[in-house]
Amino acid sequence: MSANIETLDPQKDSSMLMQKEMINSNYDALTDTANNGKKVCSTFVPGNLNELIQSFGMLNNLPETNAIQNAMRQQSGGMIQSAERMGHSEDVCTYVKADIGMMSKGNIAPNGKPMPNPDLLLLSYTGCFTFMKWFELLRQEYKCPTVMLQVPYQGDGEVTQNMRDFVVKQLKEEVIPALEQVSGNKFDIDALREQMRRSAQAEDDLVWVLESAKNKPSPIDAYFGAIYYLGPMFTAFRGTQQAVDYYKVLRQEIEQRIKNGQGPITPGGSMGKEKYRIVMEGPPNWTNFREFWKMFYDEGAVVVASTYTKVGGVYDQGFRHDADNPLESLADYCLGCYTNRNLPKRVDMLEKYVKDYEADGLLINSIKSCNSFSAGQLMMMQEIEKRTGVPGAFVETDLVDPRYFSAANVKNRLESYFQMIEQRRQGQSNMIASAR
Amino acid sequence: MKCFIGIDLGSTTTKAVVMDDTGTPLGHGITNSRSNYDTAALVAKTEALISARLVLLRQELDKSSGLSLSTDDTIDMLERHFRLAQFLVQLKNLQTLCDEKAAEGNYKEDPATLGKALDGTFASLQVELSKLFEPGAERKSDFFRDLAGTVYMEVAEAEADKLKINSDTLINIYDKSIIEVENIPPEVDMSGTFMAALDSTLNADEIQTTDFGQVQSALTKVLDIELEETYVVGTGYGRARLPFPKEHIRSEILCHGLGAHLMYPKTRTVLDIGGQDTKGIQIDESGIVVNFQMNDRCAAGCGRYLGYIADEMQLGLHELGPLAMKSTKKVSINSTCTVFAGAELRDRLSLGEKREDIIAGLHRAIILRSMSILSRSGGVDNELTFTGGVAKNEAAVKELRILVQENYGDLKINIDPDSIYTGALGAAEFARRAVEA
Repeated sequence: MSANIETLDPQKDSSMLMQKEMINSNYDALTDTANNGKKVCSTFVPGNLNELIQSFGMLNNLPETNAIQNAMRQQSGGMIQSAERMGHSEDVCTYVKADIGMMSKGNIAPNGKPMPNPDLLLLSYTGCFTFMKWFELLRQEYKCPTVMLQVPYQGDGEVTQNMRDFVVKQLKEEVIPALEQVSGNKFDIDALREQMRRSAQAEDDLVWVLESAKNKPSPIDAYFGAIYYLGPMFTAFRGTQQAVDYYKVLRQEIEQRIKNGQGPITPGGSMGKEKYRIVMEGPPNWTNFREFWKMFYDEGAVVVASTYTKVGGVYDQGFRHDADNPLESLADYCLGCYTNRNLPKRVDMLEKYVKDYEADGLLINSIKSCNSFSAGQLMMMQEIEKRTGVPGAFVETDLVDPRYFSAANVKNRLESYFQMIEQRRQGQSNMIASAR
Repeated sequence: MKCFIGIDLGSTTTKAVVMDDTGTPLGHGITNSRSNYDTAALVAKTEALISARLVLLRQELDKSSGLSLSTDDTIDMLERHFRLAQFLVQLKNLQTLCDEKAAEGNYKEDPATLGKALDGTFASLQVELSKLFEPGAERKSDFFRDLAGTVYMEVAEAEADKLKINSDTLINIYDKSIIEVENIPPEVDMSGTFMAALDSTLNADEIQTTDFGQVQSALTKVLDIELEETYVVGTGYGRARLPFPKEHIRSEILCHGLGAHLMYPKTRTVLDIGGQDTKGIQIDESGIVVNFQMNDRCAAGCGRYLGYIADEMQLGLHELGPLAMKSTKKVSINSTCTVFAGAELRDRLSLGEKREDIIAGLHRAIILRSMSILSRSGGVDNELTFTGGVAKNEAAVKELRILVQENYGDLKINIDPDSIYTGALGAAEFARRAVEA
């Protein structure tokens, strides 16, 4: 890895190294609770209450991030299979099975040390039904206190005051008391406000980075590349000074790339000419993440906006953690999760991306084991095609199950899609030329 | 003359189309893809060039008058003799390889006896196989592997009986050698073989000496035309393996769309069911793809499904369609998972359902899945062109007509007998446009 990094430009190095160190440090803290005495709260990325958890001095462990880490290290396949040997069905969410498989293999963290058992299971987002069942399984396993924050679905596409009040009430009456009890610390609203102030600062810089993709060429890949940028924000660092510093450095690097007229940095080095600007819907495939990305940058395709990079917060739609109204703002955060938005809202968001980022196409990575994302995607695609005139297409893969990534077929599909865009473009320019 | 070549490397077969600079297709060729795409591409291209020569000869013969044979009969005769000559070269290659294997001494029979058995086998093979190229004879396949294989099994058994050896040994030798034979790149001396074929028609008394001179001069003229390979475009699953640069490679979606447009200019929707994928493609009035959908996580319900079912039922692939057409009762097959469908099929048989009804149900299952892919690609617009190997299957076509009628109303459905070449045709046109446009 070090040799690889040395060949990258030094500007890139700093944010990349910072990000890596941060993620590793959280695993080190988690696997060292015997010494540091910290309590562990397991929770999910969407709707995670990191500021609140941190204000109680607890650590944040995210099972789906563990599954992702394991997938990128080619470990998830074996874990899923061991969960299936235990009897879990092939159709169950593969994040869940990777997690269960990981537990059955000694619950070893990516740093090679065993994970501690959680002291609290905090389910702060119920827009994914599987999350609930997942935590029920974990509760069965760990027999630890469990809190479930009911987050009403935005069926009408709006967050009403009633919904907000309902979530705040639960925060006050259930979540905070549970955190107090497990951590042994009293709730300190000023500590929370301080966390949230820092969150908003980092969020400003993150939004700036994501929106930099409006440049031509885009200096970032807003799907594959952005996964790295989102690491700190989506995991245990929102609200910390480290995150504030990280996003500042990242922003400076991107500013420099724009000045230099550079495209995104990829595992294969700086990207060649930007030929296709794509909006992506759906999570990436993690087991073949780099291979999948290569299929894009080899063809000159760059993702300029994606919805997956909003699952840990739709900051580019205006949301910020608000230190002045901490609990209401946490409620809004949970209610505003991307998959908690109804289909018309998701369509609006994608339509806006296609237009604002001047995209050539909309690609949907349809995930076999994630219905929260997949259900309704066909309607979404057709609607966006109708509204914007850009072509949409599906790629079919899975989250962390390597058996559902068929590289030859996905590549075939993507190449066909990019060539189709090119052909349509030529067809249009021919038409314009002949009209003259 | 300038020639533009499109090659479609499919998972089952490899196809090639040769086109002239006006966009008129001259000839096409097909071969099984084997495990060697380079050779498959070369064989298909060679076949397409042979077929192009025959097309040019046909044009030439149409101009000449006073032949006692019709142009059709002349071409048919010449092609038969040409194919036989080609065939005998491959047979000779096969014999050499078989002899080598027998001589290695890895079998329990002694090499001398095996050599003797092979001599006898190949002598009979040559006689039997030559009969397939007699006037009026019917060949079930155009692939050497298929034709030689069937006859070899029969004659080898007789020969083994005679010499009191195990026929399995002879078959094992064949199995090992046939793969190698298929991977020998074709070296066709086009002119030499055509001229020899013409001589052979005379020797066989199939042509009168008066005609011979005229055909000979027409053939010489055609063979003198240089077919220059101006530009080649490759498509299909094996396209990355083609030995040419990236700009010579087009996605099969684009090639199928354009190919269908060339065959039927009013086409707006294309359904292609190939060996391992099903594609729904929407094209505009100039053959440009505007949308498409294909399966990529699972190949259930594709052409290979029918192949598997045929194997399960010990039928030839081409026998499935006609059998399904005899169905009188609707039997639903739920699974498009190839393996499960096999189980479902045995289950239905044990319940007393008739084979033809079950097979018809399997065809419906495939088309149902295609309908969902078509719908995802944007539905079906008039006209619909159905391509790919499965379009040759009458039962599949019948189910498609029913389902299109039910879901989209009265639409024109085009099926070209040469639809298997759609992708290669589109690729050839891309090649032509790369130079001419």
